[in-house]
Amino acid sequence: METLEHILAEHPFLHGLARPHLELIVGCASNVRFDPGQFLFHEGEEADRFYVIRHGKVRVALFAPGRGPITIQTVDEGDILGWSWLLAPYRWHFDAQAVELTRAIALDGECLRTKCEHDHELGYELLKRFSHIMVEYLEATRLQLLDFYGNNR
Amino acid sequence: MSFEGDQLPALFGALQGRGYSVVGPTVQDDTIVLDVLASARDLPIGRSCDQEKATYRLRSRPDQAFFGFTLGPHSWKKYLHIPSLRLWEAHRNENGFEISSGQEPASKHAFLGVRPCELHAILIQDRVLMSGDYVDPAYEARRENTLIIAVNCTEAGGTCFCASMGTGPKAASGFDLALTEVLQENRHFFVAEIGTDRGEEILSDVPHSDAGDDACSAAADAVARTAGQMGRQLDTAGIRDILVRNPAHPRWDQVAMRCMTCGNCTMVCPTCFCTTVEDSTDLTAARAERRRVWDSCFTLDFSYIHGGSVRSSAKARFRQWMTHKFAAWIDQFGESGCVGCGRCITWCPVGIDVTEEIAAIRSGTAAGKRPLSVKETPRGNA
Amino acid sequence: METTAEIARPAPISEPMIPSLYRIQRVRRETHDTFTLEAKPEGSEGIRPFAPGQFNMLYAYGMGEVPISISGDPADSRRILHTIRAVGAVTKAMRGLKPGDLLGVRGPFGSHWPVDESAGSDIVIVAGGIGLAPLRPALYRLIAERERYGKVVLLYGARTPEDILFHRELKQWRAQFDLDVHVTVDRATAEWRGNVGVVTTLLRKASFDPISTVAMVCGPEVMMRFAIVELQRRGIPSDNVFLSMERNMKCAVGFCGHCQYGPTFICRDGPVFPYSRIGLLFATREI
Repeated sequence: METLEHILAEHPFLHGLARPHLELIVGCASNVRFDPGQFLFHEGEEADRFYVIRHGKVRVALFAPGRGPITIQTVDEGDILGWSWLLAPYRWHFDAQAVELTRAIALDGECLRTKCEHDHELGYELLKRFSHIMVEYLEATRLQLLDFYGNNR
Repeated sequence: MSFEGDQLPALFGALQGRGYSVVGPTVQDDTIVLDVLASARDLPIGRSCDQEKATYRLRSRPDQAFFGFTLGPHSWKKYLHIPSLRLWEAHRNENGFEISSGQEPASKHAFLGVRPCELHAILIQDRVLMSGDYVDPAYEARRENTLIIAVNCTEAGGTCFCASMGTGPKAASGFDLALTEVLQENRHFFVAEIGTDRGEEILSDVPHSDAGDDACSAAADAVARTAGQMGRQLDTAGIRDILVRNPAHPRWDQVAMRCMTCGNCTMVCPTCFCTTVEDSTDLTAARAERRRVWDSCFTLDFSYIHGGSVRSSAKARFRQWMTHKFAAWIDQFGESGCVGCGRCITWCPVGIDVTEEIAAIRSGTAAGKRPLSVKETPRGNA
Repeated sequence: METTAEIARPAPISEPMIPSLYRIQRVRRETHDTFTLEAKPEGSEGIRPFAPGQFNMLYAYGMGEVPISISGDPADSRRILHTIRAVGAVTKAMRGLKPGDLLGVRGPFGSHWPVDESAGSDIVIVAGGIGLAPLRPALYRLIAERERYGKVVLLYGARTPEDILFHRELKQWRAQFDLDVHVTVDRATAEWRGNVGVVTTLLRKASFDPISTVAMVCGPEVMMRFAIVELQRRGIPSDNVFLSMERNMKCAVGFCGHCQYGPTFICRDGPVFPYSRIGLLFATREI
């Protein structure tokens, strides 16, 4: 756990978090690892955690009938994966599969939600950080949506 | 120097005798246009023109002045930066194809009746087409074969603003000869200023004499008076920054409601130089050709790149034209692109007036100087 | 900008409107809609030297002309390469050309990437889609004189893995220890094991020192806009961010007026510009 605390403290996502809050989060953390090809989760499953990727690469994909799985994003070292744990009904909206050997820290969703209900300051700090990530991903997705390499400008 | 009005045919003789085709103003279809003239009788003798926004009317004068009008829709670019030019042709052969670029030799033209604003316009096009890294060989050849006889203005037109642009009403340089027509009760004559050796040589074949002080001051006075009679004015102070810094000014939206993007302004403007190329083949594709033809930034295709036009709205196209003419031109060529001839005001079918538009942007108001009249009611975008 | 050594800006051509004839040596299919033409001059004159970023006007018999960036190695004096995307009538006709056919070539025209001028700096290259083609000559030169530069980073985004250009070169470059090459696509099927995400996300993760970095950006205008936002966010001054602009062109010598971009003519003041020169234009719509 001490190693986890050290790793999490250094991560840009949790930068600036007060020590007591960091300790609360560490209490919900565990080390995980995925072999190449292994799924982290599937669309529709209960979204009970989110991941801080330490190294490796994970593809975020949607399965389209007739076309198979379409990868719409990859995340790697330093990225955060998953926000469905934040909002009911806490279900994953896509598949996540390791492309390479991936090590990550998993943060238990229910554990964190409970702590945030009790400590609203912790909740606010986490939500601020997640908003930032979601906006980043949303903006990137919008650019991908423009399909600007396509035939129209 | 001066010579009598009835000696004008001798001027024609001197020019034609040296192999020049005389090009000048003449009446066609109730308009004064530019065309090849056979003799002085082809000039618009005793004619004048009334010009206002979207209005051009020919009328008769009480006298027999040869040059008693201002400008028509044609400008001298018709003969220098010609509307359609074959650049080269290609022929298929057993190797593939080959390209031959022979140009027809340019004929010698004498431009008779070039107004000072038009002279400036020619010099402006000289700078655009001959002063950069590349020289337009077709323009250069025609320019070298052109003799210019300017005519100073003794009357200003309803849409003229050469005084604001510093281009008239007197020709300062760039001519072979400059004439000022003087009509007095018992004398009709021209005061002639010599600009080049070539001009002097031509004049030597026209019976002439020393002008004398009275004649010269009569001419000078007439021209000086004209400067105060301009139909329009334009404050050019800081105009470049005003236009470049206001691409989102509401006035652009206003004028876009009226502009039909017909491109008349670019056709009649003596400095507009944009062209396009047309590649074509004959029916069997044995022969291919490339022509250069006049184009206008008001066309939708003008700015087309894969998938769409960069300037698809009328607003963007009008803004491009006016900003180029009055602002970007200064950055590109060190001078304004406008000579104040007023043709764009006269020949715009909805009467858009650049002097009004610029004043409106300068003053910061969307409404501008004058309220819209019945003729100018806004209409939807084409 | 003044160049220093060998690749000076070529002298203006005396008959700029007449195409020279080149014979196609090879046509290489790059992707489903993109191909590279390799050609040699037909007559006795050699290849005109060009600087990375410059373009030629290419003529297909009877069809018309298009401006295409030169995509080959400036040090190659035997042939000239153009990578073309078939999107309109003329480029589709060019896709039908075969070895032995003739191509009309006018040029080279335009401004160039500041390769020589950036000696001593770190270089970040951001390319999107066909935008890698005008940057490839710059990469060849950087690699040929690698010791003159600090870090060299290439970030390349394509639509899907099937749209990635120059696979072989990318592989070679990625294998070089002194080049940082990252490729991403907008979407992919499961076989793709590389990055998926818009190219600006690669920029977020790239490491370089903004004070000593020169950035060269080429791709769709929207992509360049967002890449520049990110580059500026990282602190690279606008004078050191270069992009390649595109507009309708008919003559390439500053006469036809079509390529005007504000007060600039893209055929002669561009296509490569420092962002500081055109920043205001870039932010204005329909200009």
